[in-house]
Amino acid sequence: MAWLRGFGSYLPDRIVSNVEIGSMTGADPAWILQVSGIEQRRFAGTGETVVSLGARAAQDCLAACGAGASEVGLILMSSGTAERRFPGPASAVGMELGIAGIPAIDLPLASAGSLFGLTLAAQLAGAYGNVLVIASEIMSRAISLTVEGRETAILFGDGAGACLVGAEPGIAQFVDAVLHSDGEFAEVLRLEHDGSIHMDGKTVIMQAARKLPRAITELLERNRQAASEVEAILLHQANLNLLTRVAQSVKVPENRCYSNVARYGNTSSASMLIAADEWWREQAGKWPGPVVFAAFGAGLNWGAMLVR
Amino acid sequence: MNDQTRILAILRQVAGKPIEPSPEDSLFESGLLDSFTLTDLVGALEGEFGIRIPDSDLTPRKFDSMARIEAYVASKR
Repeated sequence: MAWLRGFGSYLPDRIVSNVEIGSMTGADPAWILQVSGIEQRRFAGTGETVVSLGARAAQDCLAACGAGASEVGLILMSSGTAERRFPGPASAVGMELGIAGIPAIDLPLASAGSLFGLTLAAQLAGAYGNVLVIASEIMSRAISLTVEGRETAILFGDGAGACLVGAEPGIAQFVDAVLHSDGEFAEVLRLEHDGSIHMDGKTVIMQAARKLPRAITELLERNRQAASEVEAILLHQANLNLLTRVAQSVKVPENRCYSNVARYGNTSSASMLIAADEWWREQAGKWPGPVVFAAFGAGLNWGAMLVR
Repeated sequence: MNDQTRILAILRQVAGKPIEPSPEDSLFESGLLDSFTLTDLVGALEGEFGIRIPDSDLTPRKFDSMARIEAYVASKR
């Protein structure tokens, strides 16, 4: 049995509007809004790193939970934009938090990494106690701010999110999760070393628009949970049109599908936890009922998680 | 009703307008379909023709024109 104890997030200060990104890529700001629902995104400063963003989100999370770093028994950290091949950022974040010596595992999974992290944390909390799940991404250093790269560059932003998962009662109880991976479409969304993101957007959207609702439906049916009773869907914030489509497909009212993609763009694996943090802060301390987390991303990796 | 007529009816329903594409017209480049409406199209084709379209076939090139859709549907029977 595992519980969510709380969330945290960190967004860099620099706001990049559609006008500004349009000036760099030749994209029409109105077109950006139309195709993505994104109005602005954040870009990390030159001195910021995946580790520093992740550490800030982790500190925010621990503070929100009223927990000390010394209570953490395991760190799971997802990032698709870590600055180097190894070591990954997880151990460095542990050091930043002052808990060097605690096991820290990297999950180099873009987009769906935080969902996979939460699911693993729920399984591992019994053995390790509090598991700190962190997702941190600096997408702005992985995009090509050029005319050629504009269809991808307009979508992404930087940020970090965190969630503390424990074996003791917290704000909500983990119920179940479904995770899937399929390498058949590995090439359609990838980031090579020393390159910029390659995304076959049409194929990615088609796969996501079909796989995400199916995973959510699989999860709800397996747990005899009526979609109409789901109080919120907290999705990887890829694209507003996709979020709307997923909510419609699983027959959950669109207004229960939380979205902050307009303000932050797609922050890859960090986005679901940033959304969860903001959504939870609006709940005035009371978990409203069944909530579905879901994500889809490069790999392909996708899945959904039910929390009550 | 032949396959082409049935496919055209589905395309019009998905696009939400009385479109008249030529068999070889790119449905994407002409703006008649996007990634989301293509997903609707695939679901409608499954229902209309009683076929199952696996995720591995969900790529734009397989459905980018009336002719390609017709060939695909024929291959699935």
